[in-house]
Amino acid sequence: MPKLTIDGIEIEVDPGVTILQAAEKAGSEIPRFCYHERLSIAGNCRMCLVDVEKSPKPVASCAMPVVEGMVVHTKSEKAVKARNGVMEFLLINHPLDCPICDQGGECDLQDQALAFGHDRGRYGEQKRAVKDKYMGPIVSTIMTRCIHCTRCVRFVEEIGGVAEIGATGRGEDTEITTYLEESLKSELSGNVVDLCPVGALTNKPYAFTARSWELRKTETVDVMDAVGSNVRVDTRGREVMRILPRLNESVNEEWLADKSRNACDGLKYQRLDQPYVRRDGKLEPAEWDDAFGAIAEAIDGVSGDMLAALVGDMVDSESTLALKDLMRALGSVNTDCRQDGAVLDPEVRASYLFNTTISGIEEADAILLIGTNPRKEAPILNARIRKRFVAGGVKIGVIGQADDLTYSYDHISDTADALTKIADGSHPFAQVLKDAEYPMLVLGMGALTRSDGKAILAASHAITESTGMVLGNWNGFNVLHTAASRVGALDLGFVPGEGGRDTRAILDGAASGDIKVVYLLGADEIDTSKLRDTFVIYQGHHGDAGAHVADVILPGAAYTEKNGTYVNTEGRTQLGHRAIFPPGDAREDWSIVRALSERLGKTLPYDNIEQVREKLREANPGFEHIDDIVPAVWENFGVAGSIDSTGFTYPVLNYYQTDPISRASKTMAQCTQEFVLGKTEKATGTHG
Amino acid sequence: MLQDQDRIFTNLYGEHDWRLAGARARGDWDGTKALLGMGRGWIINEMKASGLRGRGGAGFPTGLKWSFMPKTETDRPHYLVVNADEGEPGTCKDRDMMRFDPHKLVEGCLLASFAMSAHACYIYIRGEFYTEASNLQVAIDEAYEAGLIGKNACGSGWDFELYLHRGAGAYICGEETALIESLEGKKGQPRLKPPFPAGVGLYGCPTTVNNVESIAVAPTILRRGASWFAGLGRPNNTGTKVFCISGHVNRPCNVEEEMGIPLKELIDKHCGGVIGGWDNVQGIIPGGSSVPCLPKDICDNILMDFDSLRDVKSGLGTAAVMVMDQSVDIIAAITRLSAFYKHESCGQCTPCREGTGWLYRVMKRMVSGEASLEEIDMLEEVSYQIEGHTICALGDAAAWPVQGLIRHYRPQMEKRIKDYRDGKVSRAA
Repeated sequence: MPKLTIDGIEIEVDPGVTILQAAEKAGSEIPRFCYHERLSIAGNCRMCLVDVEKSPKPVASCAMPVVEGMVVHTKSEKAVKARNGVMEFLLINHPLDCPICDQGGECDLQDQALAFGHDRGRYGEQKRAVKDKYMGPIVSTIMTRCIHCTRCVRFVEEIGGVAEIGATGRGEDTEITTYLEESLKSELSGNVVDLCPVGALTNKPYAFTARSWELRKTETVDVMDAVGSNVRVDTRGREVMRILPRLNESVNEEWLADKSRNACDGLKYQRLDQPYVRRDGKLEPAEWDDAFGAIAEAIDGVSGDMLAALVGDMVDSESTLALKDLMRALGSVNTDCRQDGAVLDPEVRASYLFNTTISGIEEADAILLIGTNPRKEAPILNARIRKRFVAGGVKIGVIGQADDLTYSYDHISDTADALTKIADGSHPFAQVLKDAEYPMLVLGMGALTRSDGKAILAASHAITESTGMVLGNWNGFNVLHTAASRVGALDLGFVPGEGGRDTRAILDGAASGDIKVVYLLGADEIDTSKLRDTFVIYQGHHGDAGAHVADVILPGAAYTEKNGTYVNTEGRTQLGHRAIFPPGDAREDWSIVRALSERLGKTLPYDNIEQVREKLREANPGFEHIDDIVPAVWENFGVAGSIDSTGFTYPVLNYYQTDPISRASKTMAQCTQEFVLGKTEKATGTHG
Repeated sequence: MLQDQDRIFTNLYGEHDWRLAGARARGDWDGTKALLGMGRGWIINEMKASGLRGRGGAGFPTGLKWSFMPKTETDRPHYLVVNADEGEPGTCKDRDMMRFDPHKLVEGCLLASFAMSAHACYIYIRGEFYTEASNLQVAIDEAYEAGLIGKNACGSGWDFELYLHRGAGAYICGEETALIESLEGKKGQPRLKPPFPAGVGLYGCPTTVNNVESIAVAPTILRRGASWFAGLGRPNNTGTKVFCISGHVNRPCNVEEEMGIPLKELIDKHCGGVIGGWDNVQGIIPGGSSVPCLPKDICDNILMDFDSLRDVKSGLGTAAVMVMDQSVDIIAAITRLSAFYKHESCGQCTPCREGTGWLYRVMKRMVSGEASLEEIDMLEEVSYQIEGHTICALGDAAAWPVQGLIRHYRPQMEKRIKDYRDGKVSRAA
């Protein structure tokens, strides 16, 4: 281990570490713009120059590995002079438009100019002006502000896996642009906004709406997919202004997918802010008491087997538990959380978790994707697979329709029956998995929602066993969920009880008249046409599919408006926190169920969220481990059977609109236009 | 003065046949197999002993550079890359070598590659050099045909492939790592060092990049012996060098001369002297556009080699001597160079990207005098803010001419500013 001296402090660091990293360890912060620990080293901003003894020139500390006996000064006259010079150069062509710049207040250049810049400029020449570039609905550009650090270029190329940003021209005419000025086609494009150290790339939907210091910041988790990305919700007054990622190495590192970041404007539209009751075929605003009264009337005399409840994709575990308790109290076992009809087995926890864990992907050396398109279903998780791919030495196979996943893979087959061949070892990829030290497979909802889903589950189990995917601490069997609520609801057993009906049977029963009352808790992704003649209670936050067929609407809270527990696809229990209050008369969901239970004479035994959480932990001890994963026990699951030789239908066809919030979002609608329907907004000439 | 028998480039003026037969008649490809037979260690030691310093401008000892390559080849092949992207303003030596004596380079490539265990060598030639590329390709083809290179080159048992690659005309691609990037098909932008090309170069493999002249002189040095070459010139500045003399001289030319020849003698002997006589000299740029210009009083006695010129805060560079007489507006001349560096900056790193434009704009005002006296100090400070702070040496190269101007011609600059203030110079000047 090399020893070196930084600013008089002698430290020992691992070989291969750069001076900048060593200095951080020694407590000397070195300013930087282009350096980012998750991107390749560019060394082009020159802000991190330090003075190294015996070196005639100052050295770029971000790129220089430490050498035994090095003596580094980060604050010597030479170092400070070099940095001041670089800072002056960066500022000569940078517009002084901080007062109207969205980056103002959280700008690296602003902060470092304060620390290292002069109090006045010496540059009296014409400043450079650069034409703004179109990068799509998410990223806004003010390219005159660009300092050419190339973080965005490196991000989209290295992490995003789409080489769509680059630098054209040279010298001071260098410009950062997308290929042919087209929109940035990546589900992770919003991250370039976070990476940009200046205000060249800013958040388009958020543009000119707030200043960073006006915002109240709430740390919570995202529910737009099943990854459970850690986010920070920035609010002003009663409005969510923007959502940013929060560092969690095990989940999302420091990235955030575009929908999770930019669907937040959907929280403002189509909201259910008061109860409604359908009278004479028309939904009319009502008081809570009227709504509860209408429900009590509808349920009166209806036996338990004619009652049913479905839980949607964004529901917190507290509400799920409350609804389950209520349904059981009313004598109904017709409950299901799998509104897409996935054949997940609630009995064996290992059968529905992403057992390898997201960070575990980095260990894998062979990956088999079955009926899943992780780029659309969980972009953050896909970025982890790409990270593994870029590191080298991994073989990836795909069973399902081929698509650009941002890494290359063996396309084994379009159709599901290839699974049988891998299970019996007749396909060469079986050998790849066998030879791998840490093989894993990922089973998507595209595979599990099929009618032969149980057979696919069994075949996957067989592959897991036959290729040695479960060994010691390693479990290579993974299910990639698309619903944030799903694992929590399965953990709580929100599935049909003894003799109960599952989603399909509930809907069929409703259509045939065997089911009289259906309670939809945020469930919109179902065939609501079957509910036409049923009394439907819809509890949720958006006027979406479920609300349209409802007879009673109970306005609930969106994920930013309530405290709630969510379990992500890995089985990681995380807490969401309330950033703002729900609009109007809307209430936190568990409390609505609790209030209704009292009206129905089946009062649930909890009066505050702590008491609900107590019950959560009783129902499943896994809920005790916040931010942690309890590894699931490997058991038998699935029902062997024949697998159809048909292709998969991936669950997410339009990444940008998958749930009531994103369907209400203008930004996501623009993204859909642009990326899914391919209708690019063209410049008109008077376009600016 | 260099004796004719000590000349290496005996067809520098294209008077004789440049093809294989002619080259052989001048002694090229003579006993190459035997030289290869002496082994790698011998070749590198001879090159070290000859004292040859790189002819591309930086003057790094060539033998030492070759010795940095890994001794044994692993699974990563070794490469020799020849930098024929001659773009330094004022420099035209490689061009004539390739046009009129291409076999010297081809033979040098074989010997140097063998010495560094490289089975493949790329010559990256400037795109504008049409005839040069064409002649060089003919020479390469001839050498292949004659079995001098290719499989079992010269019957030595060494397999050697030589490729010619044409650049697209960016000055920065003459920087060794930018050249490697460009050769790999990427945008020509210099890489960070370390890692140095000898460890991680072309396609991530050990690579040495040498100037055309450094490689082309190697066969003759090996044939005639290191002590012959070392006996020419001065210690640490040995051998012969091709000088390119242009500007206000009676007969501009390329000429091979002994290192350390006095500048005045060089011009008087080979170029028929300065137009209007030696006293008409205003300033001379001794080594290509990148090095600071020297005023007449220094030029009177200066010796043309690396160390002497370094001692007067200039450099030998590519040995492109540009003579400017009293008729020249020296401020405008240096401004033109600033424009060149602004245009050729790759834009990758901050000081060069932003600084070259700044220098140029201030210099433009200095030409008309539309500036303040304090701005001369500021200009100098800005140039020092660029120098040494960039990834590659283009930043230094942009700063040096301006520094040289301020160092030696400050009175002219001040006079221009005062004249402008007094209304003696028109704005358009």
